[in-house]
Amino acid sequence: MGVKSIDVKAIKEQFPILQQEVNGHPLVYLDSSATSQKPIQVIEAVSDYYKYNNSNVHRGVHTLGSRATDQYEGAREKVREFINATSTKEIIFTRGTTAALNLVASSYAKENVGPEDEIVITPMEHHSNLIPWQQVAKATGARLVYLPLQEDGTISLEDVKNTVNEKTKIVAVAHVSNVLGTINPIKEITEIAHQHNAIMVVDGAQGAPHMKVDVQAINCDFYAFSGHKMCAPTGIGVLYGKQELLENMEPIEFGGEMIDFVNLYDSTWKELPWKFEGGTPIIAGAIGLAAAIDFLHEIGQDEILAYETELAAYALEQMQTIDGIQIYGPKKRAGLVTFNLDDVHPHDTATVLDAEGIAVRAGHHCAQPLMKWLDVTATARASFYLYNTKEDIDLLVAGLLKTKEYFGNGFE
Amino acid sequence: MALNNLDTLYRQVIMDHYKNPRNRGSLEKESVTVDMNNPTCGDRIQLQLDVQDGIVKDAKFQGEGCSISMASASMMTQAIKGMEVEEALHMSEDFSKMMLGEEIDSEEMGDIEALQGVSKFPARIKCATLAWKAMEKGVHNE
Repeated sequence: MGVKSIDVKAIKEQFPILQQEVNGHPLVYLDSSATSQKPIQVIEAVSDYYKYNNSNVHRGVHTLGSRATDQYEGAREKVREFINATSTKEIIFTRGTTAALNLVASSYAKENVGPEDEIVITPMEHHSNLIPWQQVAKATGARLVYLPLQEDGTISLEDVKNTVNEKTKIVAVAHVSNVLGTINPIKEITEIAHQHNAIMVVDGAQGAPHMKVDVQAINCDFYAFSGHKMCAPTGIGVLYGKQELLENMEPIEFGGEMIDFVNLYDSTWKELPWKFEGGTPIIAGAIGLAAAIDFLHEIGQDEILAYETELAAYALEQMQTIDGIQIYGPKKRAGLVTFNLDDVHPHDTATVLDAEGIAVRAGHHCAQPLMKWLDVTATARASFYLYNTKEDIDLLVAGLLKTKEYFGNGFE
Repeated sequence: MALNNLDTLYRQVIMDHYKNPRNRGSLEKESVTVDMNNPTCGDRIQLQLDVQDGIVKDAKFQGEGCSISMASASMMTQAIKGMEVEEALHMSEDFSKMMLGEEIDSEEMGDIEALQGVSKFPARIKCATLAWKAMEKGVHNE
């Protein structure tokens, strides 16, 4: 089955925010790894929900209550299908990836990890897949162990085999690095983890928006991702977990919506997935996420990945022509390029590019240990999504040349 | 906004302080050391102050950051040397006002007035105020 090419111009037209000028230039948005823009279909799905169907879920006898419940639970089924989970019981709606990973750390890990145990992570983790494990290690006395990185910012499976052992209880790895663009071999790492009876947790924040994820094929135990990086609103995310694990986990938030029976001194929980969704859930967010999934499906996830891979290769090729640029990460990468210009701090680079209407991220990208590994305090990052074009990259390169000129001349 | 509007941000005097920072280094005799960072972007500064009898006798800084944060640290250390602590705090207050775009007596500020353009770049205000926040913390701890 071939991959058809995508009509970027038609896609871009569906994003109202991209039709504006910033600082007198057409906006070139190259910060989708931080958050993606939203197509009109998603904006309208959320707005229609509030205009016509807004109601609380799972309790109203009235018509709006049923509509809202159907839409919210319909979104769950859509997510199940999106990642090929076995059942909607395995789909927990959360505030985002951070909340999802914290749920695993606070519930599963604190019950199942002891002082003799080890948790294996990598130095390329985003803080959200790092600090929760630091906290588990502190609370349980377990040891946090880092896999080494290869020089190009990839993980070698040999190192995984040498690091994961019978003490390992949890292996937690990003699907795609938000700084290096490395696509990690999560299926193979899962296999090694399982050989040692450890569970595999995948931070999919930079994975699910950009490629087809099949949690059954990967066979990971948990997979977390955020809606807002895949065309959906902020404030909605997903924790996928294997049903047998979720069944044995305690909720971490207690209150309305998640209970079965409440007595004076004791209560029981609803069944999966609701026992993990205390309080009024993120109804509009889930509906927006469902609309985003429809949008991405229509374009095709394989098509999106192929297009972004092509954009990344083009960006690498063009950016490498700039004198005095440092580019971090492997050659084969997801749609982002992290870089520095010699003698120009990334904040200054980002400010000059912003004056040209080009939005890039500058800073430590919530990955301070990785910045240390790269031996830099900060970097700039251009990240791409399905609405970016080769022209955007040409404008970025032109902007970087201007930045060099601006900081190189006149100030000596 | 064309590139030349950036000149309101990157004034010549700022770039001079960035490329030739004053008071960069560490004090042999120090009375207080403050480490401060800007957690959202990774800028960090270590400021050392030698305060005696309520007067800032000497000030030096080390750190890493963008042109605005490092130039601001250079200018701040230059300005407060020899000042009474109260004066230095007052100047810091004026600097915060300047960052909010409020009118202040710019003559008192000297070179520092060049940083006024930062107020038009909201994303960069935290870069400019880092060294001042460190100074405020330092004299309060002293």
